[in-house]
This record gives sequence, C-alpha cells and structure tokens, in this order.
Amino acid sequence: MLCSRRGRPSAISLLALLLLPLLAACSSPESVNVYSARQEALIKPLLDRFTAETGIAVNLVTGDGDALLARLRNEGLNSPADLLLTSDAGNLYRAQQADLLQPVSSPALEAAVPVNLRSEEGYWYGLSLRARVLVYAPDRVDEAELSDYAALADPSWRQRICVRSSGNIYNQSMVAGMLASQGAEATQAWLQGFVANFARQPQGGDRDQIKAVASGQCDIALVNSYYLGGMLNSGDAEERAAAEQVRLFWPNQAGRGVHVNISGAGITRSASHSDEARQLIEFMLREDSQQWYAEANNEYPVRPGIAPSALLQSWGEFKADPLNVSELGRLNAQAVMAMDQSNWK
Amino acid sequence: MEIATRALTAVRTHPLQARLWRVLLLLSAAIIAVPVLVIVASLLGPYSSAWQHLIDTVLVDYVTSSLLLMLGVGSGTLVLGVSAAWLTAMCDFPGRRFFSWALLLPMAIPAYIIAYTYTGMLDYAGPVQTLLRNSFGWGFGDYWFPQIRSLGGAICMLSLVLYPYVYLLVRVAFLEQSTAVLEASRNLGKTPWQTLFLVALPMARPAIAAGVSLALMETLADYGTVAYFGVSAFTTGIFRTWYGLGELQTAAQLAAFLLLFVFTLFVLERRSRARLRFHKNSARSHPARIHLRGWRAAASFSVALGILTAGFLLPAAQLGAWAAEHYSDALDRAFLQLIGNSFLLAATASVCCLLLALLLGYGRRLYPGRAETAATRIAGMGYAVPGTVIAVGVLIPFAWIDNSIDGWLREQFGISSGLLLSGTLAALVFAYVVRFLAVSLQSVEAGLARIRPGIDESARSLGHTPLGVLRRIHLPMLRGSLLTALLLVFVDVLKELPTTLILRPFNFNTLAVRAHELASDERLAEAALPALAIVLIGLLPVILMNRSMPREQT
Repeated sequence: MLCSRRGRPSAISLLALLLLPLLAACSSPESVNVYSARQEALIKPLLDRFTAETGIAVNLVTGDGDALLARLRNEGLNSPADLLLTSDAGNLYRAQQADLLQPVSSPALEAAVPVNLRSEEGYWYGLSLRARVLVYAPDRVDEAELSDYAALADPSWRQRICVRSSGNIYNQSMVAGMLASQGAEATQAWLQGFVANFARQPQGGDRDQIKAVASGQCDIALVNSYYLGGMLNSGDAEERAAAEQVRLFWPNQAGRGVHVNISGAGITRSASHSDEARQLIEFMLREDSQQWYAEANNEYPVRPGIAPSALLQSWGEFKADPLNVSELGRLNAQAVMAMDQSNWK
Repeated sequence: MEIATRALTAVRTHPLQARLWRVLLLLSAAIIAVPVLVIVASLLGPYSSAWQHLIDTVLVDYVTSSLLLMLGVGSGTLVLGVSAAWLTAMCDFPGRRFFSWALLLPMAIPAYIIAYTYTGMLDYAGPVQTLLRNSFGWGFGDYWFPQIRSLGGAICMLSLVLYPYVYLLVRVAFLEQSTAVLEASRNLGKTPWQTLFLVALPMARPAIAAGVSLALMETLADYGTVAYFGVSAFTTGIFRTWYGLGELQTAAQLAAFLLLFVFTLFVLERRSRARLRFHKNSARSHPARIHLRGWRAAASFSVALGILTAGFLLPAAQLGAWAAEHYSDALDRAFLQLIGNSFLLAATASVCCLLLALLLGYGRRLYPGRAETAATRIAGMGYAVPGTVIAVGVLIPFAWIDNSIDGWLREQFGISSGLLLSGTLAALVFAYVVRFLAVSLQSVEAGLARIRPGIDESARSLGHTPLGVLRRIHLPMLRGSLLTALLLVFVDVLKELPTTLILRPFNFNTLAVRAHELASDERLAEAALPALAIVLIGLLPVILMNRSMPREQT
C-alpha cells in the first residue's frame, strides 16, 4: 500500500542513497573537482592517468558550458568545483567577467601556452586549438579560387556555400574574430554577401556540411577541422567515403591567419583544492598529455613544438590568427546581433 | 452548490484529516511551483537592450515558427493518437492485441534521436536519395524530395514520438467509457463512425485535451530537434539569447512569456469545458468491440502497422544497424552502471510524481477551491519550460538555501556545511518532479474526472475517511490511469537530458547523457547504443503495464 508503515525505512535508505554521491565527492582528501564542457570521452582517459601518477582523484561533471557556468555562479563560494573546463574561449571569458575564476601563474603554465591563448592575468589557459577551415569539392572548385573568409561574400559563390546555424558557437566566434580585426561595418557588409551565397538554409552540424559538399549539394563549407578528422577516422564506411571526397583549405593564409578558438581551463574562485587544480592544468599542458589531448579529438596542441598526428600533418602547416582569444568572448554578443541582422538563421 | 456540500461533508465527517490534506496540497504545490515562479519572477527584473534587438530582428520568426510547430504537432498527435486508440480499444482486427502495446513504443525514443535517424535515412546524402540519384542518374536539383531538416520535418518527428501521450490517455478513456451510452448510440442506429464522432470522442474530451496538451508542452520545451533541423523556434531563441548574447535574464524572461502563453491556453481550454461532466457510472464494463472483417480489417491493420513502422520500427532499425557496428567498444561495465543509474532515477522520480499527483489531484477533488486549483495548475507548468531553464530555476533556490544555512552556521558556530542539497540526486529528483508532475497529474486527473462524485459522497456518508475513499474506491477504479502516469514519467525521465546534464552530481552519468555526448559531437553511430538501451528499458514498463491494464473483454 502506498501509505503503509513498511514504506518508511526504505524511503529513508533511498534518501541516503540519493545523497551518497555528494558525500563521496567531498570526503576524498586528495581530490580535484572538475566542471567540464568538454565531453567525458575526450578527457577521462587523461584524468585517469593524472590520478594514477599523482594519487589525486578527479571528480567530473560534464555539461553545456553556459549551463555549468550558471551552476557555478549560483553555488557561489560554496561550489565544490575547483576547475572549469570549457570548449571555447567565450565561456572562460564570461566566467572571468563574472568573477568566478582566480588568477594563477606558474612558469610551467606561462611557458607552455602562447600569450594570445590565455588570459593576460592568468585566469585561464588554453589547452587545445580548434581551427575553422574550408572544405571543398575538388571536382567543382579549383583551389586557386579559394583565398580568405572575406572572399566568400563574392557573388561568384552564390548558392554554393554550406554552413551550420548561427546559433552555433564556432560561427559566433568566427564572426567575433572578424569584428575584432575588421570592425562592425566591414563585418556587417561581409555577412550580407556571405548569407546571400548559402546553398540551403543552415541546418545540421559540421559533419552534415561536409556530407553536403561530398554529395554535391554545395561546393564549399565552413567547418572545424577536427570534424573532418573525426570522419576520416570514423568506423562508419559512409562517413569515411564522404570525407575522402573533400579537401581541406586553410583560409586567410595571406592575411591574419585562420580563425582559431581554444578549449581551455581556469581555476574557480571557490576552489578548495586550488593546488591540485593547478597541478592538473600543468599536467594537461605537459608534452605527452598535449599530444594525447589534441589527438583524441583531432585538434592541435596549444603548446608549440609538438608534432600533430600523421593525419593532421597531411593537411600541412598553417598560420593562425594571433588575436587574443578573449576578444572572441568579449565580442560574442555583438557577433550574434550582427548575424541576426543579416538574417543568418 | 454540489461543490459546497461536498467540502462541507468532508470537513464535518473528518475535520482533521481533511484539513491536513488541504495544507499538504497547498504546501507541496507551493514548493514544486518555486522553480517556475523563479522564472516568472524574472519578468519583474530589468529589461535589457537585448529585447529591442530581438523585437527588431528575430522575435517574429521565433513566434511564428513555434505557433506553426504547435499547430502541426497538435493535429499530428491528435490524428495518430485518437485513431490508434479507437482501433485498439473499440475495434477488433488481426494483431489488435499486439498493436495495443506496441503502439506505445515510439514514446521511448527521444525526439532528437528520431530526428537523427530520419536524417540519416532521408537526407540528401543519405541512402534513400543516393539510391534514387544512382538509379535514375539525377544530380542535385534535378528532382524534388521532401526536405527532412525543416519545420515540416520537425512536426513529423515530434508527432511520431509524442502521439503516444494522446494514445495512452484516450485509450484508457475509451476503455473506461460507459457501456450503456455507447450501446445506446449503436442501438439507436448510429454507425460506428457516428458513434466515434458524436459520442465517444466528446466523452473522451478531458483525456484528449490532457494528451494533446502534454504533447504541446513537450513540443514547446523541445530544443534538440529544432536546433538540429535549423528551425528558429521559440526555444532556439531562448538558448541563443542565453548562450549567444550571454543574457540569462532576458532568456528567462522569454521563457516566462512562453509559460504565460501556455498557461492562458490551458485555462481557456479548461474553461470551455468547465460546465461539462464526463463521469461514468460503473467501474468495469466494456462494450463489445466492433469486429472488423475483410478490407476494413486489412485497412485497420495497415494503419496500425504504418504508425508503428514510422514511429518505431524504422528508427529502431536504423539505431540497431548503427549500434551493431559499435557495440563492442561501448559495452562494458561502465555501461551497466549507466543503465542502473537511469533506471534508479526513472523509478524514483515516477513514484514521487505519482504520489504527488494523487495528493494534488484528489485534494482538488476534495477542495475544488480557487487557491487549490491555481496552486495545482502552476505546479504543473514545469513541463512547458525547456529543461535547462527549469534546471536554473531549481539551482537558484537550492543554492540560496544551502548558502544561507552555511552562512548562518559560520556566523553562529564557526563551522561550514557547504552545499547540502545542490549537486545531489535529491535535487535532481526534485527537478524531475517539477518538470514531469504535469504528466502524472494530467493522467490522474483525467482518470478521477471519470469517477462520479456521487460515489465519494455515498462512501463518505457511510463513514469513510477521505483517505479511505481514495484507497478503497478510487485507487482500484483508477488502476489504468495510475499505471499510465507511472509509465509516462518513467519513460520521460529515462530520456530526459538537459536537467540531468546540469544538476547531476560528480561522476554520475545516465544513458541519455552518454547518448547526447556522442550525438552532440555528431558521432551518431556511437550514440546509437545508449539510445537503443533507453528504448529497451522503456519497453519494460510498457510490457508490465500491458499485463495489468484494465481487463479487456475479447
């Protein structure tokens, strides 16, 4: 029966069970608690290696960057989180603005991360580089036709470009980067021309854009390079076949360099294990970790002088935009408004 | 008048228990309503300049898309759900028994997952169109093919996975409908079709309204499908404002307007049937089914099979094909843990929701006062809000309570309690209750509405307590509705993603989280295994319920 006395003990034990994970997370003496917007599969093996080496346990919650940020903000100084990991610079910038991070500096960190890929005061550090590149169908596009992002507004590309929705952070960051280097007017003008060249309404993810190029729906697409890498390494034969039909092109090589964003980490202001958290960042920036971390997702290491995987080497070297990535965070809202105005869905 | 007497009888016969019931109702409804009220309270706050930007550019688009989406999904779920219910409850044709439970299966597929599977099949680059192009030598633009990633596509996807809400509730309503009325209609010379439209459907209106409103609320809260299809629905706007513009306050205000809109819609619907009564007289009796033969039987069979194929067999087959390629790397001990976690959460939350739904639903029957009604309605609004937004509504009060307790303890005793509730499974289960109470409440209330109040009065005048009436009379009569409530919430929690994602404790994952992580990285094939596991676990209660549904005459 629903209300019998027999139900009570089990209700209490259930409650105890429900509260148990929290106690487990707090009671471990040597531990570090991580809120991560980078997904578990791309980080857990590295965290396990850290635990094996140092004896420091790592507790992990993954989720959307902005949602984790909201959680961190509301939990305030009592938040159990020690480290915030994000998959874009914008959320690190926002966390810093909301006073949720604390600065940390160590020679190891500063030596490992180029100055434009970390916050000046040491609030956060980049861990890997993600580049927004062009893919094209070699049978319909001559490589000589391709140059920089700006050229994509040219009417010769009418009905030939595929790109995903402007709701996506990669597109927002790219436009923010343009705002930083070219200013509002030029960016708005570029957006008008660019949007007019879409072959279809923005839809799907980056892999879908690559498939659309492969199947002939459009001639070029803007994607993050690691999606192409993921497809080429995919267990799915169709994905591999589609990816093999397209070529990668590094835009902006004659100019500022290709647009890059980072995944990165910062220590929270509430951290009660800030020393362990710093050790973890240092560990992730170590040469062997950098190699693994970047290769796990076909990204590029932030640490200079580390050879990328064979696949990434086959795409050649590239020049990256030297803009400080915190600018991407600062200009994100303005970028979204500009995209709204140009009717990029 | 009738209402007043009833309340009076309750108070006179059992003043203490009756009063306690009322206090409990108001108290629990108030607690559950907190997250929704937190969101609505954002309307009081400052309005940023982002509003002007939204109004100037995209707001009209968001509103129009969402209205069209509602219209489409509303009609889609209505047609699919009612026809499935009518065929399996009132007719007899080969395979009816099988279909009566199999038609529930699409419910177990998360909407964004079915969207991925259909895109995989029907997209330009997918096997169907590629086959067409290769067979006929066509190229891009040479032929017309429906665009799957579109508003129409989103309507189809959502209708296919949401019609079971209508089906379940309406089917129970049909099964519990009075024999006498339906037979009278038939004896008076009405055809089965006329009986359906003139008698059975109007009598099932509370159930239909309940089912369709659940489907619409879930539609409005959906983000995964519309985002993937590039449809600028209202939820897209909420998240774009939050994530893109960094305006959580404005996003909460948008969500609050969505809530007010849904609330108004439901109030209007309820008011329009406020004077109607939908009770039945007896607990168990079912009219003889209409035996279909020949082409009619074949047609019914095809309709049922068609719905099942589109809503379940095809997407499940696609998931199975993907999972077959990848099961070896994903199937390990951690995967069993995921299953255990998902099951534990779904079971706990569905029982909590059911108990609360009984408390509120029956309490409102005892006291149909304005305060009780309003409290119950507001407590049930969480379903129309996107999960991430409701999660923030839960975060804010929980963190506030935790931090206040901690601050007080530090001040008084110099000790720190840290966060007591935030980041626990208890907080997560609470969030599920906030989000899914509407589901169990709709089901329980639709069931209660079919029980004549006279029964309560007779039992009470014979000296039963309100609790006694509930236990001895209502619960047995409500069996189908209660099981429905349990099942719906169970499956909903199983596939719930955004709330789980933001509120869960450290090192705690569910099947839906795993499926989402892989799918959000566009590794659909690898996401198929956890998605398939969600579907399979969702099958368990469906089968269980099938065995204990109200006995049907054959």
